Amino acid sequence: MKGRIKAVFGNMVVAQTSDNIIKNAVGYCVRSDGVKLLCEIIRVRGDSADLQIFEETRGLRVGDEVIFEEEMLSASLGPGLLGQIYDGLQNPLPQLAEKVGFFLEPGNYIHALDTERTWDWTPKAKAGDVVQAADTLGSVPESIFEHNIMVPFGWDGQFTVQYIAEPGSYPILKDIAILTDSSGNERKVTMEQSWPVKRPLCVTKRRLLPTTPMVTSVRIVDTMFPIVQGGTYCIPGPFGAGKTVLQQITSRHAHVDIVIITACGERAGEVVDTIREFPQLQDPRTGRSLMERTIIICNTSAMPVAARDASVYTGMTLAEYYRQIGLNVLLLADSTSRWAQAMREISGRLEEIPGEEAFPAYLESRIASFYERAGSIELRDKRIASVTIGGTVSPAGGNFDEPVTQATLKVVGAFHGLSRARSDARRYPAIDPLESWSKYKGIIDSKKVARMNKVLKRGDEIHQMMTVVGEEGTPIEDFTTMLKAEFFDSAYLQQNAFDDVDAATSVDRQKFVFDKLLEVIETDFDFKNKDEARHCMKKISSLFINWNYAPWDESVIPESERQDEKMSKTAHEGKEETERGSFTEILKQIDEYVQSLLDGSKNPESDEKLQETNA
Amino acid sequence: MRTYFDEISKIAGNVVTVKADGIGYDELAVITSRHGTSLAQVIRLEDDQVSLQIFGGTEGVSTGDKIRFLGQSFRVPFTDDLLGRVFDGSGQPRDGRPEVKAETVEIGSPAVNPTKRRVPDKMIHTRIPMIDIFNTLVGSQKLPIFSSAGEPYNDLLARVGMQADAEVIILGGMGLRHDDYLTFRHRFDEAGVLGRTIMFIHTAADPVVECLLIPDLALAVGEQYALQGKNVLVLLSDMTSFSDALKEIAITMEQVPSNRGYPGDLYTQLARRYEKAVDFDGAGAMTVLACVTMPGDDVTHPVPDNTGYITEGQLYLRHGRIEPFGSLSRLKQLVNGKTRDDHRDIMNACIQLYAQCDESREKREMGFELSDWDERLIQYGDLFEAKIMNLNLNIQLFDALDECWKILAECFRPEETGIRNAIIQKHWPKKVLQEETTETSKA
Ligand SMILES: Nc1ncnc2c1ncn2[C@@H]1O[C@H](COP(=O)(O)OP(=O)(O)O)[C@@H](O)[C@H]1O
Ligand SMILES: [Mg+2]
Repeated sequence: MKGRIKAVFGNMVVAQTSDNIIKNAVGYCVRSDGVKLLCEIIRVRGDSADLQIFEETRGLRVGDEVIFEEEMLSASLGPGLLGQIYDGLQNPLPQLAEKVGFFLEPGNYIHALDTERTWDWTPKAKAGDVVQAADTLGSVPESIFEHNIMVPFGWDGQFTVQYIAEPGSYPILKDIAILTDSSGNERKVTMEQSWPVKRPLCVTKRRLLPTTPMVTSVRIVDTMFPIVQGGTYCIPGPFGAGKTVLQQITSRHAHVDIVIITACGERAGEVVDTIREFPQLQDPRTGRSLMERTIIICNTSAMPVAARDASVYTGMTLAEYYRQIGLNVLLLADSTSRWAQAMREISGRLEEIPGEEAFPAYLESRIASFYERAGSIELRDKRIASVTIGGTVSPAGGNFDEPVTQATLKVVGAFHGLSRARSDARRYPAIDPLESWSKYKGIIDSKKVARMNKVLKRGDEIHQMMTVVGEEGTPIEDFTTMLKAEFFDSAYLQQNAFDDVDAATSVDRQKFVFDKLLEVIETDFDFKNKDEARHCMKKISSLFINWNYAPWDESVIPESERQDEKMSKTAHEGKEETERGSFTEILKQIDEYVQSLLDGSKNPESDEKLQETNA
Repeated sequence: MRTYFDEISKIAGNVVTVKADGIGYDELAVITSRHGTSLAQVIRLEDDQVSLQIFGGTEGVSTGDKIRFLGQSFRVPFTDDLLGRVFDGSGQPRDGRPEVKAETVEIGSPAVNPTKRRVPDKMIHTRIPMIDIFNTLVGSQKLPIFSSAGEPYNDLLARVGMQADAEVIILGGMGLRHDDYLTFRHRFDEAGVLGRTIMFIHTAADPVVECLLIPDLALAVGEQYALQGKNVLVLLSDMTSFSDALKEIAITMEQVPSNRGYPGDLYTQLARRYEKAVDFDGAGAMTVLACVTMPGDDVTHPVPDNTGYITEGQLYLRHGRIEPFGSLSRLKQLVNGKTRDDHRDIMNACIQLYAQCDESREKREMGFELSDWDERLIQYGDLFEAKIMNLNLNIQLFDALDECWKILAECFRPEETGIRNAIIQKHWPKKVLQEETTETSKA
């Protein structure tokens, strides 16, 4: 199908054709120098098609040829996706760099999967088996996973396996199976298939209510505002509040099989950090390079806007694909606001009637249907797999009362709101403990969390009151409660993302430390005066902070109660123990100090042992 | 093919629509009217109607004027002959010297492939302690100076330009007062850096649209030098004028504004410029320092707000000083661990103490009684402002760190600074070092 360009305006082109036009089909605008620019039909009016161009439109002319395909914008799915760095249209960026150098020159497209590399194929189905879409035919090893090769997701009905390839080493485009449908037509299956990115990919027996916590190793998240596998959450916050750092930390430490990072319309430099660091970093859960469980999709802010919209859906589709394989996947998108802005730009060019802040009227439904693609599912063979989505939101002026934040809050299961006040005070991660919420159950007994929450809220009330009545006007009991809230904040909610040990806290450790904190906070100290209260709580606090820097010692809890997955030993463990102090030693100091306060046996001022050892 | 077209059908704002065919999107044209000629750029094609943005403005343009298309998008000559020269927003000399003849490069090149970027690791020494110690500038960083209108932001920009160790300096001026332009020129001349400086200048008296190309011109030339392996520093002032020009065009084109009249793609437009800052893997680097005046001193105004989401930190200029709070270099941790072992400790301690000084000063203002500690904090604050925050200083990083130690020693005992013992032992000025037990806190 062919057409001609009638109008060009920004990244929008109007083309005229006498052929059939399929909405959301892709096409190419052919520039007069022969370069073909990928585009998508986003609106059809009579014989004209409105196209969004995924490249710069510089040089296009009225009358230039447009070639339409019948395919919709699709992702290539198959072994070899892990460890890749793609642009929003799934072009592998390292290969693009080899081909065209420093710049992303328009019109260069490279197949997403390596068609030459071979994979060790093990058939699972046998001739005569009756199969249907998404059933496993065999598998190949990819990274530490068994990558199932499935009957293409889009095939309707039942098929009989007529031929299946012998075990062996094959490239992805080898026919590994031939299936016949009910009317006897033969269809060939390779290791690669494709799926239109804007359609949810979910072949399943049923969707499950997600309940298994997805551990991020960030204390304030896992303990206070948990996420579950198959759940959704968002991180809104003004610039510099720590959205990206929080996602980076999560992408390293989250307890999932696969992490897909979608860098959507933000800084290129931040992706470079990840690209350069991940291959060097070890995944403590597998002992392998972190890159082996990661896929990076990047359409950074200077890359073409229409592809920004595509990047989010490409990431989503890859996540769903690995879910079909039977894995737990985390999709991180930074920032969904840039995606919303891309929608706004395109909508503006289409001259649609604008809604609030010029966002299109369908903003909410697009955001909702995106997050709806998350979920925990039971596959046909009863295995359970999930896609979890975490998106950052960058509200204008840091004000959450704006369309993107509001639309997102309506559909997610957890809200991690970052506050400017907390990030200014360097209280990282700057998740506001009073504003944020989660509808999910976490790793810690929710009754205990509620008790702690009460202290936090009360502490805040007292603090506010104190700004009016002053310290003098505050009763010592209230004053102590406020100090306890502050203690919980600084010793538990705050976490140093840049420290090897403190950056990630395991489940067992969170439980153990939380219990200890709760115990201390619910202890009735009988402080003589406010100075003593302040002094003692500061001391306890600094002991707990030191504790956070000490490597975890699992021997403090009975073996039968341990839940942590076995980690492969990392190099720094043990080695730094002397410098950082030992976990059990500091625990002893805490117990002794608290006891001494209760006994009144010691004058805290003269307690030498309690001074901090490292800063 | 015909290159002259004269059937102008519409003149509105700075946009002229003419009947023409065979014209490429983004293509450049020259419009000749009674008042002379001006460059123009295609911003919309619709059948045979071509809309052009006229850089010289449309005042006096008539429906009988002629438009000649150049068959290519905007290009800028690239040669060492540019050094020491001054150009306007359409790339013409404004220093009275002849036009530069050389190979040209396209402006507004595509984005750099992220896999061809390096993680930056080189500190740029500006010899301004508030930057070097506290908000370290890193090669390839993009950093704005958020400033209210009356602040000496151009002064600061000129200072950095003169003192930074860059091989090529490019100044992009947008909406500059003529005096400011002359001052820049004069100061670069005085400092002897004019020979490695290129200026693209749009003054407030020039047509508004001409300022739109300034960042692209400056960055395109800078990019070429960076590709040659050079370390380039690009100074842009004032990006708010640039954004306002974008706003003006968007309104003329009847685009729906998103926020306070600014177009919905303001973020993208700004990002496409700032993201040109780069450290090439296998070539040089380009650093971008930009002034952003904040209308109404409001950081949530769309221009500073969108900028903050794009850049790698920000410097707040207030009351003639770089604000210690709120200012942030997001890349500083990439370099400040490798300068001198006390750099990070001094950075943290001095700011924390200065924050406490603020509280003590407040107490003083409210008429509360001051403790000895308060008095010393205030003494510290005064010294810190005079000897470190002062923007007229021109000192080396190590000297600045030493100066900080001196001030600390004058006002405090070692353990009061919160600096860890190992560092105190090594750096506390010898004469005043007393044996003290130190208590430091991580919090
Ligand atoms: N958890 C953290 N620990 C320490 N510093 C942090 C943390 N989060 C953010 N920061 C600091 O704040 C800066 C901005 O964080 P970033 O995540 O890039 O913000 P955002 O994405 O919200 O604009 C970082 O460069 C870092 O200096
Ligand atoms: Mg960010």
